[in-house]
Amino acid sequence: MAGTGEGKKEEDYKRLHSFPLIRHTDMPEEMRVETMELCVTACEKFATNNESAAKMIKESMDKKFGSSWHVVIGEGFGFEVTHEVKNLLYMFFGGSLAVCVWKCS
Amino acid sequence: MLAQMSTVQKLSGMKPGDGLIESHGKGLIKPAGQVELSETALQEEITRILTTNNPHAPQNIVRYSFKDRSYKTCIVDQMAVLFEMEGSLVHEDSDEGRRLRARGGLCEEAATVDTETEPDEEKTETPATPAEDGGEVEEVGEEDRPDSVASKIDRKEPKQTNQFNFSERASQTLNNPQRDRSCQTEPPPRCTFSATASQWEIYDAYVEELQQPEKSQSDDATKLKKAAKILERMVHQNIFDDIAQDFKYFEDPSDEFRDPEGTLLPLWKFHYDKAKRLSVTALCWNNKYQDLFAVGMGSYDFRKQGHGMLLIYTLKNSWFPEHVYPTTSGAMCLDIHKECSYLVAVGFHNGCVAVYNLKQEGTEPVFKSTAKTGEHTDPVWQVRWQKDDMDNNHNFYSVSADGRVVSWTLVKTELVFTDIIRLSMNGTISEGLEHAPQSSIACGTAFDFHQQIDYLFLVGTEDGKIHKCSKTYSSQFLETFDAHNMAVHAVKWNHFHPKVFISCSSDYTVKIWDHTINTPMFTFDLSAAVADVSWSPYSSTVFAAVTTDGRVHVFDLSVNKYEAICQQAVVSKKTQLTHVEFNPIYPIIIVGDNRGYVNSLKLSPNLRKKPKAKKGQELPEGPEVEVAKMEKLLSLLREPEQSTF
Repeated sequence: MAGTGEGKKEEDYKRLHSFPLIRHTDMPEEMRVETMELCVTACEKFATNNESAAKMIKESMDKKFGSSWHVVIGEGFGFEVTHEVKNLLYMFFGGSLAVCVWKCS
Repeated sequence: MLAQMSTVQKLSGMKPGDGLIESHGKGLIKPAGQVELSETALQEEITRILTTNNPHAPQNIVRYSFKDRSYKTCIVDQMAVLFEMEGSLVHEDSDEGRRLRARGGLCEEAATVDTETEPDEEKTETPATPAEDGGEVEEVGEEDRPDSVASKIDRKEPKQTNQFNFSERASQTLNNPQRDRSCQTEPPPRCTFSATASQWEIYDAYVEELQQPEKSQSDDATKLKKAAKILERMVHQNIFDDIAQDFKYFEDPSDEFRDPEGTLLPLWKFHYDKAKRLSVTALCWNNKYQDLFAVGMGSYDFRKQGHGMLLIYTLKNSWFPEHVYPTTSGAMCLDIHKECSYLVAVGFHNGCVAVYNLKQEGTEPVFKSTAKTGEHTDPVWQVRWQKDDMDNNHNFYSVSADGRVVSWTLVKTELVFTDIIRLSMNGTISEGLEHAPQSSIACGTAFDFHQQIDYLFLVGTEDGKIHKCSKTYSSQFLETFDAHNMAVHAVKWNHFHPKVFISCSSDYTVKIWDHTINTPMFTFDLSAAVADVSWSPYSSTVFAAVTTDGRVHVFDLSVNKYEAICQQAVVSKKTQLTHVEFNPIYPIIIVGDNRGYVNSLKLSPNLRKKPKAKKGQELPEGPEVEVAKMEKLLSLLREPEQSTF
């Protein structure tokens, strides 16, 4: 009983917490939406391979917004980055992933 | 060379041939000494072969080759020169030919061309030369003749330079010096960002986000709120433009003919629908924003007690209060902090005191007294902020019908109370303590603190007495004035003169006192219960009083010591006025009534007149002048009174 309740709760959490949550960004609206969608696509496509997801995001961003983008995807990490103003996005996705995308050339 | 040889042979062979052909008919002419050959000898063929090999050339010469480090046979020149002749022919079209011709136009023998043409001109038949050649040569000759004159001129041509005697000169313009210059565009601005991503942070962020929606909606509302507020102000300003103009510029011109009396011009009327049944129980201007004032709503009728309200109005919007704080009990009094103008202390009918912070959202007070923390047991009749104490905590005093004067200190999150004095009917509290049950409590209804003497304050009571008290002696009154026959509604120190205070009561009178003298200096009967009185902030001798018959009385003692210079009914007769307050800067007063309306009135010029300046005399200003003005009045009164004693 308790187990099912727990399971349900967890499911609930996963369902509720799967949306992309932008934690910090200074991008303009349009760019932010585009980047966010790209991150979501990449993370869903490579659900088990963060490296590939990061690569995909990086390459797409390089194409769309000019070179020298950096992407970090992971479940736990700390960072301090220098980025070009209006070129940073830090978001959570899927309840357990943190994605940080920034540009610095 | 062989060909030449053959031509030579031919020529040599032909010359006799020519002779043969020409003299064909006449017979053979044989040179003398010709060898006679027999027929067979003539028929004999003698073979002669010409080869390219020089039979005399050595065949066996070797030479040492350093390259191959061996001896090698080398090819020997096979050429043998049989005949050689240096020609002096120059082509006539070439530059040199022309030049030569031009130079030696007349002296024919100079040029070989000319020498060649000479036989042509003579037309000697030369069968060897082709016809074409001759034609050409003729043309040249024809050319030459007309040119003979020109060729003479040509001779005067500048002498041909000696090609072997010359000097060469060269120069070059100055090359501009080269300089390097470089620049760089500003690099795109950067900034740093740091964060830590971990499972618990992500989880927390999601949880927070899920609770967000309601918040974000309210954010939108607050955004709109600001715009709506601006718009409301604009609309208000447009609609009440005439009142705003009056407020700022209108000076009643009829005052000149009415001197010394003045009038009150009604301006805005403030009313809040939700406070319909309540009466105005307190008014207070904000010290920092002079258009802002607080209104306490409650009821003076103890049978009709209920909820109350604290409203903050601005003159810029008479439709709707800036802030509304509904309260469970009726507000009876309030005071706005002088420095921290966002703090409002309120006393309630149920004995509670509370402090509201206008900066904070929500309608709850930031501080509230409870039964545990020594709140009053009867209505709080007046609250008043005091200077911050030694620990820089804000504190205020309250007086209540339960006979206590209490000091409240705002410490962090709670109100800390200290009893200052306990009022009793018969004199001092010390007597009261001995036989407490017998001594009945005196109900404090009003108090005021002296501006200069920190410890000194006055308390008015329900039984009409005014006690002069000290904060330091809680057991004793410094003095007691038998001021009125009924409840004292207001006690106020003069803003300028340190000794003078005013009191009003339901016994129809307003009295002005010197706190060192037991008897009133002035007494005015206003023929109706006086609900409130207030000194003006601009003159020591001007005060306003409101009565329950709906009239406002404005006095200027320096003009008229016996009667008001303005008596004006500002509301209908049935409505009772409850409070009056002067604006600290603008020449307006606000009066509250028991129907919940607050009226703002503009004082006409006569009511705020400064003493006339004598000619050539500078008008003195400042508090000293005001003190002197009051002092002068008092001195007039003291002497006769003293003489009567």
